[in-house]
Amino acid sequence: MNLETLSLVNFKNFSQVELELSPRINCFVGDNGVGKTNILDAIHYLCLCKSYFNPIDTQNITHDEEFSVIQGEFLLDGIKNEIYCSIQRNKNKVFKRNKKEYDRLAHHIGLLPVVMISPEDSVLITEGSDERRKFLNSVISQYDKVYLDDNIAYNKLLAQRNKFLKNIQGSWHYDRDMLEVYNEKLVVPGKRIHHTRTVFTKKLVPIFRSYYNKIAPDMEAVDLKYHSQLEQVDFLELLVQSVEKDIIMQYTTTGIHKDDIILKLNGHHMKKTASQGQQKTFLVSLKLAQFDFIREMNKVRPILLLDDVFDKFDESRVRQIIKIVTDSHFGQIFITHTDEQKMRSILDDMNTEFKIFNIAHKDITSI
Amino acid sequence: MYFTYSSKQLEDAVREFSKLPGIGTKTALRLVLHLLKENRESLDHFGNTILRLGTHIRYCKDCMNICDDELCPVCADKRRDHSIICIVENVKDVMIIENTRQYRGVYHVLGGIISPMDGIGPADLNIDSLEARIKRGNIRELILALSATMEGDTTNYYLYRRLSKSIPVISTLARGVSIGDELEFIDEVTLGRSILNRVPFEMNK
Repeated sequence: MNLETLSLVNFKNFSQVELELSPRINCFVGDNGVGKTNILDAIHYLCLCKSYFNPIDTQNITHDEEFSVIQGEFLLDGIKNEIYCSIQRNKNKVFKRNKKEYDRLAHHIGLLPVVMISPEDSVLITEGSDERRKFLNSVISQYDKVYLDDNIAYNKLLAQRNKFLKNIQGSWHYDRDMLEVYNEKLVVPGKRIHHTRTVFTKKLVPIFRSYYNKIAPDMEAVDLKYHSQLEQVDFLELLVQSVEKDIIMQYTTTGIHKDDIILKLNGHHMKKTASQGQQKTFLVSLKLAQFDFIREMNKVRPILLLDDVFDKFDESRVRQIIKIVTDSHFGQIFITHTDEQKMRSILDDMNTEFKIFNIAHKDITSI
Repeated sequence: MYFTYSSKQLEDAVREFSKLPGIGTKTALRLVLHLLKENRESLDHFGNTILRLGTHIRYCKDCMNICDDELCPVCADKRRDHSIICIVENVKDVMIIENTRQYRGVYHVLGGIISPMDGIGPADLNIDSLEARIKRGNIRELILALSATMEGDTTNYYLYRRLSKSIPVISTLARGVSIGDELEFIDEVTLGRSILNRVPFEMNK
């Protein structure tokens, strides 16, 4: 699968852009703030119906403009697919495949798998567990529709249950039956989500380790473990046990919405001990493992977006990563970098087809 | 939109009309001006009809449907099967099911479905009156005929928990392929369920 052409109208800082892309490596170079990342984000938009960085659609429209359009021609199994996305202020966003509008955006997700590696990923290590759950969800949803639907159902039920708990403290009298109904209903999607996450992390860990050791050959021992309250106790029992606590806290204190992934380096917590370079290596390996996983599940090579990945790496790690991703195992790749000469010298050594685009003054030229 | 009104009566009428769902100030004004063109007699009739909504409409003491007497026509009908109760969300649903002419039992109008997000809990629905009705005896089946949404499902589940001990049969509407539907246009969840819950083939049905 690859993106052949990309056109943008009023997307972030670009008023109008048309690009013809290489099926292998596309490099966007330019100074800070020229919009290199915005190009990658536009591709992310076309694949997953949303920005990687900003969840508020209308904030991706150029200031003072009314609408924004992203269009791309993807080659999927040798067949051209036109994907069209428009965002308008005060209106729903519209997604079309080959001129036909989707009824539900969820139907599009999974068609065009994509993996983004960006400096923002550091939140996976530094921030709370919700970032790591978001990561799990975004990866698994790309190949598992049941998982996606289960998550939507679970979150809806959870919101209703939490609101119910809040109301018990307020004016409503405590209705035990009602709480038990929510318990039993939550358990169904909850258990399935737990199972899928368990299987996923088990498969992911060995791939992740092998990438880490490829990038950092000095054999640092990394570990990644899925942690859930459901491992020890049956979900329904967990909910029943915590009813009293839930009523006092006014929200649901147990469940898969409390899951986490424990990240460790040489036996210690990643967040506390790892250096910036180590953290970055960890994240890149994790994302490359995600790439392999989606490739395996969808039988198609996802698009790989590398946003400013090389900033905290020494030259040897940069070379190592470029070497890994230029292997035929990977498909189409988009890279942003500030230094054109450095990029060119590394890519010249790699013996693959590549295109470099220079971005300056809201204009993109192929060089 | 704000208008400057030449008459206080006109302004009041427009304000009342624009309280109705789907009616804005402009439409309200158009409706009121239309009414003013009518002759006096029909205007009186219009007004009195609305007044009677407040004075004459009652709720059936059994099923909570809207009616004019103590009992609604369905509950008052001796020929109907009073041992089967069909649970519906609102009055509109009673009319829809009655229109099918396939149902000979009676109804119970819940007045909503459980959704704490919208501020509706079990205590806000007509469940106590349903329970009282069942306690009076002679009910052999409850049909849960609520919408196939998550909230409808939750309400079904809740009613089942609360009432299953006192009722021999609790059933729910069949979910599956609509008549006249082509397979390719059916959503996957419905189709999957229709295959799992398939029914024996019957001729002439």
